[in-house]
Amino acid sequence: MIEVRDLTKRYPGRTAVDGISFTVGRGEVVGFLGPNGAGKSTTMRILSSFMPATSGTVRIAGFDVFHQPDEVRRRIGYMPENNPLHIDMRVRDYLKFRARLKGLGIGRSRDRVDRVIEQCGLKDVEKRIIGQLSKGYRQRVGLADALVHEPDLIILDEPTIGLDPHQLRSVRALIKELGRQHTVLLSTHILTEVEMTCSRVLILNQGRILAADRVEDLESRFSQDGRVVAEIDATPEAIREAFRDLPEVASIEIQAAAGSFQRVALTPRAGEDLRTLVFEQVRQQEWNLRELTRPRLSLEDIFIQLTQKNKRGGL
Amino acid sequence: MNVFLTLVRRELGAAFNSLTGYVVVAITLLLAGFGLMDIVERLNSDRTPSPIPEIFFADGIVFWVTLILTTPVITMRTFAAEKALGTYEALMTTPVGEWQVVLAKFTGSLAFYLLSWAPLIGVLVVLRQVTHQPQLLDPWAMCGVLTGIACIGSTFLSIGVFASSLTRSQIIAAMTSLLIGIGLWTMSLRFSQTDTTGDRLGRLMDHLSVTHHMQDFARGVIDGRALVFHLSVTFFFLFLTQRVIEMRRWK
Repeated sequence: MIEVRDLTKRYPGRTAVDGISFTVGRGEVVGFLGPNGAGKSTTMRILSSFMPATSGTVRIAGFDVFHQPDEVRRRIGYMPENNPLHIDMRVRDYLKFRARLKGLGIGRSRDRVDRVIEQCGLKDVEKRIIGQLSKGYRQRVGLADALVHEPDLIILDEPTIGLDPHQLRSVRALIKELGRQHTVLLSTHILTEVEMTCSRVLILNQGRILAADRVEDLESRFSQDGRVVAEIDATPEAIREAFRDLPEVASIEIQAAAGSFQRVALTPRAGEDLRTLVFEQVRQQEWNLRELTRPRLSLEDIFIQLTQKNKRGGL
Repeated sequence: MNVFLTLVRRELGAAFNSLTGYVVVAITLLLAGFGLMDIVERLNSDRTPSPIPEIFFADGIVFWVTLILTTPVITMRTFAAEKALGTYEALMTTPVGEWQVVLAKFTGSLAFYLLSWAPLIGVLVVLRQVTHQPQLLDPWAMCGVLTGIACIGSTFLSIGVFASSLTRSQIIAAMTSLLIGIGLWTMSLRFSQTDTTGDRLGRLMDHLSVTHHMQDFARGVIDGRALVFHLSVTFFFLFLTQRVIEMRRWK
């Protein structure tokens, strides 16, 4: 659906996007993740053929964004950053206006507007002026606009920014729903959002792609070598004694925790799951155990790791 | 074509949905009211008064003040506001051509401008009824006046649309077109008042003088050269606007 090759965008004195390449297949929901100023919006603007790249090629559904912009625009539903809307128009009129601009006939645009109003839950507000709607509803109007001409690809630039938790939840659910029928590319700097809605993630920093993988694969790739953490009620010496001779354990760290408990972190020698082993030991020694986990690195940790590594490399 | 009409409708809608639209209409009416006072005064004092269109559109400054003040306000919104709001990005990522957008914004502005003059035409018709002197308001002269309002308006509006495409600030857009408008008017006044017999440059400037054009129009003389002049200037500025949009896009 999207093929990006060596895409570069330079502004005077600054390189916003620095030779990125990636592909997105039909039906994927891909998250574009990166701190502010990473080049997400720039990339999306180029993809939607709002502005040209300095070099590199972008093809959407087989059409080049530079040479066949109208073909590309017909196939893309693009919601720009901050979701700009004509705030003096009524919801239905606005969607109809947008449908007509996107080349739908009068009858067809009426049908499609009915459909997206229903799909995005705008039935109650269809006659209201957009300027008087809450941010959550406005966001839905933006989504409805992106959908109205049945595009193959939906590009959403920070679709959930500034929403309250309720609105966040409903807009995310809507995006997830869209992912069943459309290819979706969305940008965000909220990591949980990617975990919740996307099948694949592209991490962008300073105009470069740092990582591109499925969310689960990324997590396992960056997980902390299967480390296990347990809180055990025993003296540090006794704990050290009990685990020292086990061949599976590579190293052990003990820290005092609240009460008489110790927080024990065990690293396995070859990536085994140490949890059953720890539980077995605890039972044999008849200790008290109040926690036993294998901490999973969240996308957030991966992101921080990646972007910091990059920063250090740059210095 | 249908998309073009949709865009024009949107432009008109935006004008009527905003306060500025009504301010423009109010200014036009207020100034027309002053003009009317002037006309009544002249009709009462002169034994052989000039025809009304000449008093109003050629001799007086009311028409010019109205034109110069309202056209920048009508056009300042066209591109600048959309850019500031970000809807410009949404607009330009639909399969709508640049020329379509430029022409629609211009046409919308022109339609609103002509609508804002409509009440004045009513005023003149009433005046004709009241004075019982049909020769003061000749239908041909009225046609000339309408052509003049449209033609000269087009020129000023195209300048305004162009100014709006240069910036994302409506104030800067309005100030720019106001300055160009005042410049054009004062230059025209200056050259239409000089004695132009013989001097080639003087004659040329006289042909280019917009106030001179309006004097002709108000007498019911629809001069082809004036029409061509205003159409060309309008097209020229719309062409520049399209170039600006294209350039900004591919920068």
